[in-house]
Amino acid sequence: MLLITCPFCGPRPELEFGYAGEAHVVRAQDPREVSDLQWTEYLYQRSNVRGVHAERWRHAHGCAQFFNALRDTTTDHFVATYRIGEPRPDAAVEAGR
Amino acid sequence: MSQNFRLPTGGRVNRAKTINFTFDGRRMSGLEGDTLASALLANGEHLAGRSFKYHRPRGILSAGAEEPNALVGVGADEGHYSPNLRATQVELFEGLVAESQNRSPSLRYDWAGVNNLIWRFIPAGFYYKTFMWPRGAWTKFFEPRIRAMAGLGRAPRAPDATTYAQRYAHCDVLVVGAGPAGLAAALAAVQGGQRVILCDEQNELGGSLLSETDAAIDGIPAVRWLSETIAQLRSAGSVQILTRTTAFGYFPHNMLGLVERLTDHLPGAASGPRERLWQVRAKQVVLAAGEIERPLVFPDNDRPGIMLAGAARIYASRYGVKPGQRAVIVTAHDSAYRAALALYQAGVGIAAIADVRANPQGGWVDLARKAGLPVRAGCTITGTSGRLRVTGADLAPLAADGTVGASERVSCDLLLMSGGFTPSVHLFSQSRGKLVYDEALGAFVPGAPAEDCWVAGACRGVSLLSEVLADGFAKGASAARAAGGGPVPARSFATTQAPATGGGFAGALPHGKNPASVRAFVDFQNDSTAKDIKLAISEGLRSIEHIKRYTTTGMATDQGKISNMNALGIATDVLARPIAQIGTTTFRMPYTPTTFGVFAGYARGDLFDTVRRTPVHHWAQAQGAVFEDVSLWKRARYFPLPGEDMHQAVARECRAVRAAAGIFDASTLGKIEVVGPDAAEFLNRMYVNAWSKLKPGRLRYGLLLREDGFILDDGVIGRMSDECFHVTTTTGGAARVLTMMEDYRQTEFPELKVWLTSTTEQWAVIALQGPKAREILAPFVEGADISHAAMPHMSVVECRVAGVPARLFRVSFTGELGFEINVPADYGRAVWEAIFAAGQPAGLVAYGTETMHVLRAEKGYIIVGQETDGTVTPDDAGLSWAIGKAKPDFVGKRALARAGMGEGVQRKQLVGLLTDDPQVVLEEGAQLVADPAQPPPMTMLGHVTSSYWSATLNRSMALALVKNGRARIGETLHVPMPGRVIRVTITGPVFYDAEGIKLDG
Ligand SMILES: [Zn+2]
Repeated sequence: MLLITCPFCGPRPELEFGYAGEAHVVRAQDPREVSDLQWTEYLYQRSNVRGVHAERWRHAHGCAQFFNALRDTTTDHFVATYRIGEPRPDAAVEAGR
Repeated sequence: MSQNFRLPTGGRVNRAKTINFTFDGRRMSGLEGDTLASALLANGEHLAGRSFKYHRPRGILSAGAEEPNALVGVGADEGHYSPNLRATQVELFEGLVAESQNRSPSLRYDWAGVNNLIWRFIPAGFYYKTFMWPRGAWTKFFEPRIRAMAGLGRAPRAPDATTYAQRYAHCDVLVVGAGPAGLAAALAAVQGGQRVILCDEQNELGGSLLSETDAAIDGIPAVRWLSETIAQLRSAGSVQILTRTTAFGYFPHNMLGLVERLTDHLPGAASGPRERLWQVRAKQVVLAAGEIERPLVFPDNDRPGIMLAGAARIYASRYGVKPGQRAVIVTAHDSAYRAALALYQAGVGIAAIADVRANPQGGWVDLARKAGLPVRAGCTITGTSGRLRVTGADLAPLAADGTVGASERVSCDLLLMSGGFTPSVHLFSQSRGKLVYDEALGAFVPGAPAEDCWVAGACRGVSLLSEVLADGFAKGASAARAAGGGPVPARSFATTQAPATGGGFAGALPHGKNPASVRAFVDFQNDSTAKDIKLAISEGLRSIEHIKRYTTTGMATDQGKISNMNALGIATDVLARPIAQIGTTTFRMPYTPTTFGVFAGYARGDLFDTVRRTPVHHWAQAQGAVFEDVSLWKRARYFPLPGEDMHQAVARECRAVRAAAGIFDASTLGKIEVVGPDAAEFLNRMYVNAWSKLKPGRLRYGLLLREDGFILDDGVIGRMSDECFHVTTTTGGAARVLTMMEDYRQTEFPELKVWLTSTTEQWAVIALQGPKAREILAPFVEGADISHAAMPHMSVVECRVAGVPARLFRVSFTGELGFEINVPADYGRAVWEAIFAAGQPAGLVAYGTETMHVLRAEKGYIIVGQETDGTVTPDDAGLSWAIGKAKPDFVGKRALARAGMGEGVQRKQLVGLLTDDPQVVLEEGAQLVADPAQPPPMTMLGHVTSSYWSATLNRSMALALVKNGRARIGETLHVPMPGRVIRVTITGPVFYDAEGIKLDG
């Protein structure tokens, strides 16, 4: 069971969280403006990274907040967790882990 | 039998305490401290089971967790029966009942042993090959026979009568394995001020020290050092010691799964749980899991009486058992000499020590020679004799160029082998730590760790006792420091210097025979041989993972503890590539087989899953309702009167609702309170409907899509005020919908001022439906006019019902005049009972979900998840009217505009079906075709989504999704069923009161 650090509540067991897919998949401000192809990519195309993956979690049985995390998919180790709206922590954070 | 092979002295068994047990119904005795294996050996029994594929007689090979052969079923009755236990780990207790496995009718006479005679026809990959060809041979011929003969133990025939416990724990340092390395690590971690958990799979701590009869540590005999060390750890107060506890899995973030066996070793009916699952989160982990001796691969290396050399020494020195009278030892490693000496001292005749190395040297070899043991250097083994027990070994000179000379039969009743040792890197590998091949050691050892863990002692290839102790202490100190403890000065341990050991062999020994004519077993449990591995490679398999699967080597319950390195050794020979390049297979949890019970823990029977009950549940139960599970809820399905079956009850309930009135518990509906200045705008963006213009006091049917345009959920939504909406969802969709709403609220529309609160549990919902609903309800209502003029269909009012504050909806899911009375959950039953009693003169009946389904289907109302399956758009379901066309955006809107989602595409659409024969009720899920005579594969046009007998129509009816269905209304289609074809006519989806007159009573 993973140990996940909620940016609001601190480290908590995985049982309290729900996984919510890849992070930073941006919904167009006005979906009418985007092409069918772009919308299809928004709906279905995910990066499926081997390595550090930006993903969303929800502290469902806690503060109920969604947040973002960087997790290495080869080790399941978290590099960082950060709040929605904050930029993805820069490469220096990843390099310094 | 009377323990004829028990030595007069020695060992850790309690000679004052005789233990009686039975094996295959035969009464035997052993001593307290014995395992089942040591007790069998004390009685001269080596034959312990039959092999998996060929039913060859097999004996006890090892003395520990790695045992592949001696698998037994244990348990005095079926409720306590466990199959596939390793006799080497089953502790003896008074009254133990054990049986051998995989034999029929008895261990000594086994009919399926005929497989042993036709073995040439069961090669590697047999399953894959027969599965492919000849067609049908697999299912008709091979599989039934193989299922009858192969396999290991049998499943218990009764439910598990024991209970299991589960616990979470945290510690600074978890030490896995309490041999010398683990004990030293625990000492150091305690000295560093850390909270320690020390676990070991055996019944007592000590590991290899339990059979250490020669060495002294820091000037005292090893066994005394052991007891003093344990006492020191126990008195420290910061160490939790868990014996009989196997660390079976190493999970991310330093969480390890341990199984503590609590009662299996106790006689009689034990109280308390049988096992306890520990989920331990450790700051630092020290792995001191030891090593496993490798067998040698030579022709007929599997007869009973053939044993690992180290195991034989353990039986002699720890259990005081003589495993035979006359031993031949075949080895590639010095440690076998130590075993030979120990057995020699125990009175076992040593017929020969055959060393495949040309010039074995070193302390143990010298000691053996000095003791006069017959050492044959440069000697291999080409075969064995004996059926239920080994009777002889064929020894032959092995030249430096690998040629094998003429063999000589040496008689023996015990054949010991040692190919060296394989470090137990299982847990380290599970933790995703990298394994590296150590050329000098001839084994994979832990490299860079992936978790906060340290590896000590034999499981990283350290073998000399003094070095093992020092290594364990150093790793324990490092772990303590890393966990935040103070520095611990290095410590050395003075041991009487036992000679160092070396050597080792991986692969198959040369035997000079025609390879096609011999069987040299690599994986004893799965009966795979050196020849099988060579065959797999010759058939083109190169990856060790593929070779493993094709030959099933390493895939038995022992997970290749004994076989992996020899399989690699053979592969490296044939492929002419170094082992380091071939790599090793992945280790997976569990380390040893683990009961399902310990994973289930408390979650059995009533506690298996959460059960949600409505406020009206117990009333319904008292009325004799039959319940069904809807997500976690228990819902009343129908309320049969005495003598009624479901069909009759549902027909009566349906007629009553249409003719008079029915009362229905809708409390399970999901409810979400959406509040805030931007509540309407938020719902605009979530649901397909337009909400801005909905006036307070009005209801609207809401349809929710996923972003891909397909229907996710639906429900009636009431506007209570400008800034407050009462949203209802489907019973099963409540949590999903709230999560989705929260997701958009938090991440896509954070600028909206809106708050979401689940109120599912707070409201009881009583649906009152039927032409007499208003007259029954009216006397209970205070503070509202519920006349048709004041309160039309799809309106909501706040008032009091039966004296209780209520949100009263005028809404219908039946097609009749209807109300849904929302009252605080605690008052739900009282209000329900009051209305139910008052409605009796008018003919009010309680109805359940089955009647609800029929009534709504008569009206063509969909149920999400029944008429929809995640690929249905609003238009498919005939719900385009719900969409707020003027809205710039809502979840799913953009996807609906994609090609393939709308106009010009023949999508499946919701329609009604009427069978030609009105008595025939279609099966839900049945397929629809145009031409029933078309040969398969037929062109399927759609499928039945809902199908019922309608008491209202006095005939059957169904809903279906049919390709281009609305254009096909009036057409005849066919439903092919076994033995017959049913003709149906496509209709519109509304069967009852298409004009909606009844909604107003
Ligand atoms: Zn939180």
